[in-house]
This record gives sequence, C-alpha cells and structure tokens, in this order.
Amino acid sequence: MEPTIFGYIRRHSWKEQMIVLGMTIASFPFLYWSLDLPKTIVNDALGQADQQHNFYGFELDKFGYLFALCGLFLVLVLINGIFKYVINVYAGLVAERMLRRLRYDLYSQILRFPLPHMKRVSSGEIVQMINAETEALGGYIGTALQIPAYQGGTLLVILTFIFVQDPVLGLAAIALYPIQAYLIPKLQRRVNQLGKQRIRQVRRLADRISETVSGVRDLRANDATQYERARMSSELSVVYYIRYRIYILKFLIKFINNFFAQIAPFFFFSIGGYLVLTGNISLGAIVAVLSAHKDLSSPWRELLDYYQLMQDVRIKYDQVVSQFQPRGQIDERRQLDEPTAELSFEGSIEARGVVVRDDDGDALLDNVTLAVPMPSTVAILGPGGGGREELTLVLAGLIPPDSGRVTIGGHDLTQLPDAVLGRKMAFVGFPPFVGSDTIEDNLLMGLRHRPVRPYQPSPEEEKLYRRQLRDTEQAGNSPFDFRADWVDWTLAGVTEEQERLPTIVGILELIQLDADVYMLGLRGTIRHDRFDDLRERLLEVRAAMHERLETDESLARLVERFDPERYNSNATLAENLLFGAPRDDQFQIDRLAEHPYVRRVLDQVGITDELRRVGLALARTMVELFADLPPDHEYYQQFSFIRAEDLPDYQSLVARADPEALDRLDQEDRQRLLALPFRLINSRHRLGLITRELEEKLLEARKVFRENLPPEYAASVAFFEPDAFNDAASVQDNVLFGKIAYGVAQAPVRVATLIRQLLEEAGLRERIIEVGLSFRCGPGGARLSMAQRQKLAMARALIRRPAVLILHEALTAVDAAEQPAMADRVLEAMAGRTVIWSLARADLADKFQQAIMMDKGKIVEAGAQAAEAAPQEADA
Amino acid sequence: MSLQDDVEVLRAIPLFSKIEPAKLKLLAFTSEHLEFEQDEVLFRQGEPGDAAYIILRGSADIVVDTPTGPVTVAHLARNDVVGEIAILCDVPRTATVIAGSGLATLRVGKDAFFNLVTQFPQVGLGIMSELAHRLHQTTVHLTEASARLRQLEQGSGPA
Repeated sequence: MEPTIFGYIRRHSWKEQMIVLGMTIASFPFLYWSLDLPKTIVNDALGQADQQHNFYGFELDKFGYLFALCGLFLVLVLINGIFKYVINVYAGLVAERMLRRLRYDLYSQILRFPLPHMKRVSSGEIVQMINAETEALGGYIGTALQIPAYQGGTLLVILTFIFVQDPVLGLAAIALYPIQAYLIPKLQRRVNQLGKQRIRQVRRLADRISETVSGVRDLRANDATQYERARMSSELSVVYYIRYRIYILKFLIKFINNFFAQIAPFFFFSIGGYLVLTGNISLGAIVAVLSAHKDLSSPWRELLDYYQLMQDVRIKYDQVVSQFQPRGQIDERRQLDEPTAELSFEGSIEARGVVVRDDDGDALLDNVTLAVPMPSTVAILGPGGGGREELTLVLAGLIPPDSGRVTIGGHDLTQLPDAVLGRKMAFVGFPPFVGSDTIEDNLLMGLRHRPVRPYQPSPEEEKLYRRQLRDTEQAGNSPFDFRADWVDWTLAGVTEEQERLPTIVGILELIQLDADVYMLGLRGTIRHDRFDDLRERLLEVRAAMHERLETDESLARLVERFDPERYNSNATLAENLLFGAPRDDQFQIDRLAEHPYVRRVLDQVGITDELRRVGLALARTMVELFADLPPDHEYYQQFSFIRAEDLPDYQSLVARADPEALDRLDQEDRQRLLALPFRLINSRHRLGLITRELEEKLLEARKVFRENLPPEYAASVAFFEPDAFNDAASVQDNVLFGKIAYGVAQAPVRVATLIRQLLEEAGLRERIIEVGLSFRCGPGGARLSMAQRQKLAMARALIRRPAVLILHEALTAVDAAEQPAMADRVLEAMAGRTVIWSLARADLADKFQQAIMMDKGKIVEAGAQAAEAAPQEADA
Repeated sequence: MSLQDDVEVLRAIPLFSKIEPAKLKLLAFTSEHLEFEQDEVLFRQGEPGDAAYIILRGSADIVVDTPTGPVTVAHLARNDVVGEIAILCDVPRTATVIAGSGLATLRVGKDAFFNLVTQFPQVGLGIMSELAHRLHQTTVHLTEASARLRQLEQGSGPA
C-alpha cells in the first residue's frame, strides 16, 4: 500500500478528484456574480433610481429594474446551491468508494500476514483499525481536493472582490492572516502528537476489551474482575486526559480564529467609514464588502478545519497502514495468481538445512534435513515444542524457512502460489479453524477456490446487479461474485449432481462425524427450498410412526400424539394453547402472559381469572418447596417456576392473596400470577392444578386463538397440523408429532431409536444428514465440540483428495480409544498418496512407513522402527 | 399418580419418616416418577450410575452377572432404595435391576440425592445403617463361602 494517504488518493481517485475540482472551479463565476450583484442593487437600482435602466437589452423603469435584479439574485442563489449539492453528493460518493477500497485493501493485507506475525497481532486492535479508524479517512479522501479548492477558491473570489472594491480594505481584511497562519500550525502540531497517542491508546482499549470478552470465564474463576475493572479505569483515564487536552487546544485554536475573524469589521468601519466620508469609496461598496466579509469567515474557518483534519488523517493513515505491512508479508501475487501449468507432484518433498527462528532468534527448527518420497507415510514424533509443529508448517509451505530450502518435486515451496499449495496439499493443525458458517460451508472450504459458474441474476435484478458490479470494480474490490457457484466438485471427484451428498456422507462416515451431523439434522428445522421434497417424505414417516404407535401397545404409551381435539398432558400449557411452534419471539413462552392478543383470547373464553388461581396455587407450592433453599441453589434453575430473586415478592403475594378475590390485587400482582402457569406440564409436574374443566376451556381457547389470529401475527406461529409439515419445528418433532411421555422408563431413548429406525427404513438417513449440514457452527465453531471441530477439519482436508496431507495433532480431542482406528481409516483413504502426520502418541507410529523423532528443533532419530524410540511420550 | 400420592408413599418409608412433608415434596418434585413394565431394566451392571431409585409400588430383582451366568441376589419391594452405591462412591453399577410387575419408582438424580443426604443427616444415617447391614450380610456370606471353599480344598487334598 502507498506510504502516505496523499499517494493513496492520487493512485486510486485521481480522476474523481479532478472531476470534483472541475465542478468546483465552474461554480466560481456564479459565486463572484452573486457577490457583485448587491452592489449593483444598492448603487444602481436604489442610488440612481430615477434613471432609465438597461437590463440586458431591455429598457426598464426603477421598479422593474429592482425586481429584475432581485430575481437574478434569486437565480444565482439557486445555482450556487445546486453546485454545492452536486459537488457534495459526488464528493460523498468518492469518499464512500475510497473507504470501501481502503477497508478491502486492509482486509486483504490480513490474509497475507505471515503466520508467525499472527501471534503478535491483536484481533481487537485490527477490528478497531479497519472499522473505526478508517471512517475518518474515507470522509477526508472524498473532500481531499474539494474543500481546499472550493473553500480556498471562495476565499480568493471574495478577497478578489474586496480588493477590486478597494485595495486598502482588502489589505485590512487579510492583515491578521499571517499571525493566524503562524500560530495555528504550532498549536496544531501539539494536537497531532496527542492524536497519535489517542489512536494508540484507543487500540489498547479495543485490545483489552476483546481480551476480556474471551477471558471472562477465567477472570471470574480467579475473582480477578475487580483488578480488571481497575485496569480498565486506568486505561480509560489515559484516554480521558489525552482527549481533554486535545479539546482544550482545539477550542483555543477556534477562539483565535473567531477573534481574528470578528476583529476585521473594526477595520472596515474605521478605514472604510473614513473613505466613504472623504468620498473615496461608495456606500454600496462598503455594504458589499461587509456582506462579502461575512461570507469570508466561513470558508476561512473551513480551511483551518480542513487543515486540522488533514493532519489528523495523515497520522491515522500512517499508523494504520504501518500496522498492516509486517515484515515478511506474503507476496500478493502468490495469492491472486492462478497456476499457469499443472505442476507434477512427483519425486520427493525435501528439506535441506532448514532453520526457523522465533522472535528472539532462538531456533525452533535447527538445520533440519529430510526427504519424504512421494507417495509415502511419515510420522513425526517427539515432545510438544520440539519442533514438530514448525516442521509441518514449513513442509506445508505455510511458513518460510529463515534459511535452507524446502522443495517439492524440485520446486521451491516459497515460490509456489497458494493456488498450488492450497489445492494439491492439505494441512490440518491444532486447533483447527471452524468458522461460524454452516457445517457444509466449513466442509467445502477447500473446494471453493474460484467461481465455477458465474452468478445468474434474475431479469428483474439484472439492472441492480450490473450497477453493483460496476461499483465493486470502481472500489477496487474482489472481482469475483460471492453469490456465484464456487464449489468445484471435480476436486472431490464428483461429476454428477446426485453424487454430491453421498460423497459428503462418505467422508463424514470415514471420519465418524456422520452420527453427530445426523443428530443435528434431527434437531434442525428445514426451511430451505432444497428440502421441498423432504417435507412430503417426512410426513410419510410421520404416518408410519403413527401406525407403529397404534399397532404396538408397548410403544403407544411412550408418546402422546398431538390431537387438535385433546389436551396434551405431556406438553406445556402454552403449547396446548398455541397448538403450534412459535416462528419468532412474538409468542415466546415467557411473554405469552403479556401478549395483548393472548390476553384477549383468554378473556374471551373467560379463563383469565382461573389461570390466575392456578398461578396462585403454583406460587404457593413453589414458595413452600423452595423457601429454605439458598438463592444460588441449582434447583431454581432446574425446577422452579419462580426465579430465586423473585421468590420474596411471591412470598408476600401468596400471603396477601385470597383465591376468591383476586381482583383485589393490583395490576402488577395479577400479571405475576398469570405469567406462572404457562410452563406447567401436567404429567411432569404432577401438581394436579389443571383440571378437566380447565383443559376443556383451554381447548376452546386454542380454537379461538387460531380462528381470530390477526394477520400481523399470522407468520409468528406455525400451527400443528396432522397432515402438514411444520417448518418451525425440528425434523424429529415433525416425525413424532406429539410429546414423549413423562414417567415412562426409557421413553426418550426408545422413541429416538424408533424414529431413527423409521427414517432409515424410508431411506432418509442421507437427507437428514443433509439437514444437519446446514447447522451453523457458531463463532469459531463454538457450538461444536473440539473433537467435532477436529473431525470436520479432517473431513475438509480429505474431501478434496490432496496429493499430500500434512497433519499436526489433528485428532487429539477425539476419544483416545477411537484414535488408532481413525488413523487407519485416514491412511487407507490416502492410500497411494503422501501423509505427513505429527503425533503426540508414539503408539500410532507403527502405522507409518517412516517415523521421525524431533527434539529441540532437531531430528534426533529417523527410521522405520520409531515406536520404541519415544519412551517418554505421553498420551494426547 | 400425583405428586401428593408420591409424597404419601415416601412418608411411609422408615428412612424418610422423620423428614418434614415439605422437604419430601421437594424430593418428589425434583425427582422423576418412572413406571416400568415387567422385565424392563432399571439399570445394568457396569453402567455408570447417575441415579438412585425408590420403589413406590411393585417389585424388582437385583441380578448379578457371574462367570456361570446371571444370579438373582435379592428382591426389592415397596419402600426399598436401590442404586445408591454407584452414586455414593462413583463406581459403575454393581448389579442389574430388572422390574417385576407393576413397578413404579421415584428416580432420584445424583444431585438431588446428595442434596437430600447433606440436608438431612438422619437420611444419611439411615442409608449408612442400611449399607452397614448389607456389609454385615455380605461378610457373613463371605465367611460362610470361604469356610466352605476351605472344606472343599481340604476334601480334595493338595494338588
């Protein structure tokens, strides 16, 4: 990137800046004219009112002339306004475009950071830089030429005008400018220094905050939160004083400017007044100069502000960009270029005299020389920190050796583009990266190198699409459309569309992730178009399930099916009332009692008071059961209808309330009681609070709720229908169409087994896995366990069938007993290709053709019999 | 069966007789009422233990796997408690429990069980005496068995 912001502006927005400049210059004549016109009005139209006036060839009387001139003034005001508007909009457009480009450029830089540098950067600081600090830069870039040109030009025009009226007055107007021009930069330099400090400090803040976010658990576990609070206070205090000093200086600058601006009329009145009295200048000229001078102070102030902003962004740009250009950054071409010719991966992978050093210059790899023939399998053993990780990274071409050479088939690895390394070779390290996208997205990451098929916009989008393409190009962003089809299935050996899913399932089975994804699928919902056909199939399974329950008595008692005409005693009162699944938070169970429509329904059926009585009885029971428990007891979380902190309120409420006269309670208390019973499940809680009569009335309420549901809520609930798929409920719930019975031993397990069996009989196992693939993994894959993440990363590497697979502690979180069999399957899947696997477990080494023992950055032993060579090895 | 019925049954159990009804209600409320069909398995030998069971109604058999096949070592009836050993000392289930006819139990989870024992020392004492009783029985059996083994060995003479 360009070293200064001015270079960046010149390189990327030269043309746009010129357009802004051109428009600005074009506006000046009108500006001058609009300044000159008042003089004509005062001197000609008013001063010499009785003469005949010639207005562009028209002879006009004094009134006609006056109004013609005023009309002309109005037109000029309008023209000036339009110029200002157009220039501002265009400058804003340039600003946004450049901001977009700058952010994109900075983001691209991150992708090129050398891996060792990643240990030193803080994601909090980087986010702060790309998001917040660039904001001001973009704004400046849009006006980089416009403000000096426009405001400077305006200033010049006005000064010219004043000088034309009278040179002495002109001199008076600018007499104090040199003092300002001397004082302001001096003060500004101090502001700049403070500005630099402020940027650094705010970054530290961002870093601290993001560190706190990731470390809250341990901070609390060590009761270190007060210390962190104090630390944050002290950091904030630093920012506070820096900002305070900046304010003082900024307003001092402002004060000086204002003072000098307002002192000028003193000269006009004294000097100008003298000239008028002595007859050397007309009164009109003085009026015009005064009104011109009023306009003078605004551009002058703008120019000074601009000067401050320019200094500010100069520092910001400098400080941002220098952070994004670490030493050893990867050459851009290595990431952007497509390989020109197919590279043959034959011969061997060779490292010769490879040295890798850490920041302190200590050797992590110390003169390592080895040759791995292709194809073959190699285990790298040794203690953690002995250089195993660095060796795998160097062999995968992800970190360059500080000295020595790594070649593959004779090609220097540091010269090969990512397009070769990231396709022919695969690397899985520890911890593996799993992004917040779906499992499928994470799995197919290695098949998405360039778009395979361009995005096809629909005819109505066509225009918008072209515009977006043009804007993207003008902002210098990625030339590839994100919405295009990126997945290159041929890399996975798939040519037919119907082979895709079986291929994914095959890989998941190989890595034993299939059962997990299947479970996620059962719990997932299907709304995507691609599952249209699955809905029908699942309804068939629901029917089959129904039949099995009907015919097998021992199964029948496991499930209570949803029946529109019956109260489901294994479902909550809320579910019985809605008889559907909420699609959004409109009808969430906690808010039902407050929902105006629900209240209306309950009132209409006349059970509001009865539900309050149930609520009161429930409150009594809860108060009785939980009264003696300490407030932090886990039972509150698990069993109570009332939160620990609310219990005292309910205690007094229970003492006050009379079940026969609930209307004597105030609004808030009545609301409290009504909120309680919605979570009641008859057969789970066994409190006997929902009587037969109340069940009947709730069924009535269910009907009323559905029939009168206002259109604005129609999309908020998906009703249970025996013959229709419910897209707000999970796959499992759709098949079950009911509730698993409480109080029946083993019911959840047996029902799950039955569902699984029926889905498999219907041949839907793969499709359910497909549903599971759309599960979103959460930030950093947090919704998956470490073992699942490792398996997913391994599946990602295997699905693209790399010629060389390099692994570092890739399966450590997988159950220790499972690991040997899994290693076997991975090696089998890679048969005929090369695997280099850095392992903590020496007992797996005999599965490999060659084993290398690393310690203290050196190869201490190499050979085929390495299993005994690592007696000190501990398990993973 | 309502919660109140369960509480009545619990009150009749000597182990819990001294606990106030509200606490028994909490125990019943935080436990799971489970009904089993004939021959259904409550838990199997070797599984990790996560709950104890109080027999509310019906009967059950305790079966131990031996090298010569499963052996029924005891019968459980109403008011008996079973499965507490595995959750007390974190060992796998030492026996399999199979439901007889019309078995209804209260399944007390590990946490609820510890909560009960820590809150009510008399329950702890009751369980201690029950375990001591069982240990005594086991010791008697063991003494008998080893005496008989010695007799057999002496009878057959040195090998």
